[in-house]
Amino acid sequence: MSKIIDGLYYSESHEYVKVDGEFGYIGITDYAQHELGNVVYVDMPEVDDEVAAGEEFGAVESVKAASDLLSPVSGTVVEVNEALEDEPGLINKDAFENWIIKVELSDKSELDGLMDAAAYKAMIGE
Amino acid sequence: MNNVYYGKLIFELSKEGRCGYSLPENECADYKMADLPANLMRAEAPALPEVDELTVVRHYTNMSNNNFGVDTGFYPLGSCTMKYNPKINEDMAAHPAFTGLHPLQPAGTVDGALEVYYNLQMSLAELAGMSEFTLNPFAGAHGELTGLMIIRSYHMDRGDVKRTKIIVPDSAHGTNPASAAVCGLDVVVVKSRPDGTVDVEDLKPLLDDTIAGMMMTNPNTLGIFEHNIAEIAKLVHEAGGLMYYDGANLNPMLGKVRPGDIGFDVMHINLHKTFSTPHGGGGPGSGPVGVRKGLEQFLPNPRVMKDDVDHFYVENNDKSLGFISGFLGNFAVIMRAYTYILTLGYNNIKNVGPLATLNANYIKESLKDCYELPIGGVCKHEFVFDGLKDKSTGVTTLDVAKRLLDYGFHSPTIYFPLLFHEALMIEPTENESKETLDGFIEVMKTIAREAKEDPEMVKSAPHNTPVRRLDDTQAALHPIVTYRELQAEA
Amino acid sequence: MAYKFFPHTDDDIRSMLNTCGAKSIDDLYSDVPDELVFKEDYDLPEAMSEIEIRQYFDYLGAQNSKLTCFMGAGCYDHYSPSVVNDIVRRSEFLTSYTPYQAEISQGTLQYIFEYQSMMAELTGMEVSNASMYDGCTATAEAMMMAVANAKKRNKVLISETVNPIVIRVVETYAKFHGVVVEKIAAEGGVTSRADFEAKIAKDDVAGVIVATPNFYGILEDYTGWADLCHEHKALLIMNCVASALGVIKTPAEWGADVAVGDGQSLGVPMNFGGPYVGFLCTSKKLIRKMPGRIVGATKDADGKRTFVLTLQAREQHIRREKATSNICSNESLMALYVTIYMSLMGKKGLREVNELGYSGAHYLAEKLVKSGKFELAFPDKPFLNEFAVKTTQDIDMLQTIGALEGFNVGLKIADDTMLICVTEQRTKDEIDDLADLLIDPLPEEAENEENNNETV
Repeated sequence: MSKIIDGLYYSESHEYVKVDGEFGYIGITDYAQHELGNVVYVDMPEVDDEVAAGEEFGAVESVKAASDLLSPVSGTVVEVNEALEDEPGLINKDAFENWIIKVELSDKSELDGLMDAAAYKAMIGE
Repeated sequence: MNNVYYGKLIFELSKEGRCGYSLPENECADYKMADLPANLMRAEAPALPEVDELTVVRHYTNMSNNNFGVDTGFYPLGSCTMKYNPKINEDMAAHPAFTGLHPLQPAGTVDGALEVYYNLQMSLAELAGMSEFTLNPFAGAHGELTGLMIIRSYHMDRGDVKRTKIIVPDSAHGTNPASAAVCGLDVVVVKSRPDGTVDVEDLKPLLDDTIAGMMMTNPNTLGIFEHNIAEIAKLVHEAGGLMYYDGANLNPMLGKVRPGDIGFDVMHINLHKTFSTPHGGGGPGSGPVGVRKGLEQFLPNPRVMKDDVDHFYVENNDKSLGFISGFLGNFAVIMRAYTYILTLGYNNIKNVGPLATLNANYIKESLKDCYELPIGGVCKHEFVFDGLKDKSTGVTTLDVAKRLLDYGFHSPTIYFPLLFHEALMIEPTENESKETLDGFIEVMKTIAREAKEDPEMVKSAPHNTPVRRLDDTQAALHPIVTYRELQAEA
Repeated sequence: MAYKFFPHTDDDIRSMLNTCGAKSIDDLYSDVPDELVFKEDYDLPEAMSEIEIRQYFDYLGAQNSKLTCFMGAGCYDHYSPSVVNDIVRRSEFLTSYTPYQAEISQGTLQYIFEYQSMMAELTGMEVSNASMYDGCTATAEAMMMAVANAKKRNKVLISETVNPIVIRVVETYAKFHGVVVEKIAAEGGVTSRADFEAKIAKDDVAGVIVATPNFYGILEDYTGWADLCHEHKALLIMNCVASALGVIKTPAEWGADVAVGDGQSLGVPMNFGGPYVGFLCTSKKLIRKMPGRIVGATKDADGKRTFVLTLQAREQHIRREKATSNICSNESLMALYVTIYMSLMGKKGLREVNELGYSGAHYLAEKLVKSGKFELAFPDKPFLNEFAVKTTQDIDMLQTIGALEGFNVGLKIADDTMLICVTEQRTKDEIDDLADLLIDPLPEEAENEENNNETV
């Protein structure tokens, strides 16, 4: 059974947002990392890039699969998790601890359109 | 297999001062390369190996022993049509009257080569029901790209510039959308029905005046004939689009159906599948592209033509999509395919499709009690199992594939198409005897039994191959792709 | 139905149909609507025996003329040692497919790893892919790679000194891929530095494509070009003649980001244009942007060093329309030609091959110029084994007469200019004969003079 953390916002494409004031940490869920298998590469945007809700901002690759990363929210990238460059497998170790990008949120109302932990849990059938 | 030499790279056999070549003495030695400006020359010689000739021969001969080819044994790799590569093809491709020809030799000195090119393209046109073929594309994917360029050129020529979308079934090979993207087309996916064929109702709303065309593989990647093809072609044509035939699965159609007769406008053929040219470990292939009447002018340059007095010549056309190759394609592959067609003749070529289809159905029916057959009914040249019937053992399709290697068979294509989780795609060709198929069926049944009795043994297969299962995660995490990197690592 | 490639006896067919619950093979096509079935005979010849096929190809071959080759322009008549052709015909290499099942494909995987290593050495670059179709398409792929890397730019500059055969393929790909290709002018046989500086300064260029040696055989000086490209965030792509890289300054030494070209000059027969083998090498930083297959080293379950296809998640079968390219396979067997060739030639062989070509070409050039009937198109420009000459003679006529005498005299590249190439295969006698032919293509007069002399 996958780990799901209360208090985060979840998207249908298995990304989460952890909100911290005006900022959001975006990563993929534990369920997603499990489905994907060993992550071998994370394609990340650059700092200052704009991301838009529902649009692609990168990709995670395992040996035989790749999954686009869709941003659950809009905003400006203020930080990327550089540790993933050397050790992408951190996502498999703890997907919630190892976020992918930190975004300055441009429209916090977008969060209302995302799922809470219970709704996400129901969606993945666990 | 002799594994004494396994594992050494040619670089590791190198010793300073050894040499594997001899060249004539320099008769014009007064002219010295050292006179070239030093700043235009490389600082150091490339660190290539220094080895004697016998060492080179043994090294590569022993390496070949770690390989499995069609000549080694049964190679039921779905969607790849691993048929026998006749030896006469190789001899003709190596014919010295052809191998020494420079592609830009003056007109009149290459008539024989142009005749081979022309005759093969006309033979393919006859077999496919098309008007003309170009043999310039180097591979199936390259053919797809060329075909899509033809479709775009057709629309652009009519001034219909808004047609920038291409419809691709969800069961299609990944190359279809990738080729579309290279060609600047946006991909629209049409869904499959439970029986694996295109959902016509899902297709209808997609058809508007932005559609350039639709790509189809028929039989599709599940080995199922798209029986609604006439209706689909009619709908796409009415919407102003063209129909593209991905020839990956042409083999079962030989002798039965011609793509040009069933509504397709543009298509490619993989000579390395249907026309018996060797796969060569992943190339060189050849991906001729055919068009129906009225589209010939968009074919890539250069084109080989024949005039009224049976004289062959090369022409460049203004309406053409342009050039997609330096010269006239993979000519030595063209020589092989033409040899194959001459060898079979019209009287044997018509049996290729039926016998390939018979072989596939025979395996399918013989194994459907042990392996999950998601779509029943007749298949064409290939079919897909969704893994073992008994899923309780934890033995996956990957494990079955690896265990097959222990028994001396190549594995089928696995985890494609993506419609099923445990896809195992089997394609025997028309060249395989009943005895070979029976041997394979027996082994597949044995593996199903082993999966129940000793699942761990199957999961750790292969056991009898030159190497065991590989750590591909490590390879992707820390790519080491040259000898220099390997040394740095050590 | 039995034929030499079809082992099915009537009994086999009956018994197999029985298993399938079908009465005839036609039953297995019951899903094909009858009106779609092709019911005629193909309009093709009847089956031919091997003997007849050999006779037929001998007849066709006799329609070709085997010419002593002084033509280059992207395809070179180098010698390929016997070992190369012998090994590449081994059916374990020839009849295998893409090495998906690594456990029984170590032969293919290992030679590709060796190929990548050798191409990296030759170009000086850090990494190489497993090979591509040919030099033209490899250059087009590099163009698309530059555009993908730049993200928001879609313009590429290409020097007019790049082989026009390469340029036209790049332009075709660009047209459909939505890339704008702008030429950098040529001046005196080399790329105009001023034009390059003006165009790169616009800060909208994703990549710059230049050639070494260039189309005219000239070794251009690219000092400072890479810095200028990088200053303006563009990739420098260098199209190279593979064999020449054994001696000339490498793309890596020039600071290029991508090295591409055709490997045909490394042991692959001319074969009337194909199959050849494109190479594409780049930096480790750009490895995931690199199109095509890549083989990497890893270990198996027993800890043994092994080789495997890697970084596959970039490829079309996984990424579909988002893949770095639509290429599926490589030009594997042709990469094996190159690998064995380079194993034999080693460190010194390539130098010797280039030295022989250099000597022969410079001897010929000097002889032609001394005759007064030819002049170098670009005097004082350094060249290796290929050069352009101007003449007032009719070049079509020279080619026709040459062909009658058994020579491919070179390529006409303008009304008054031809491109000539000399490889290590050309003997001094052949070079002398060619020079005589080009200098005095219609020697009847000379013969008459001789005859006159005799009578006098």
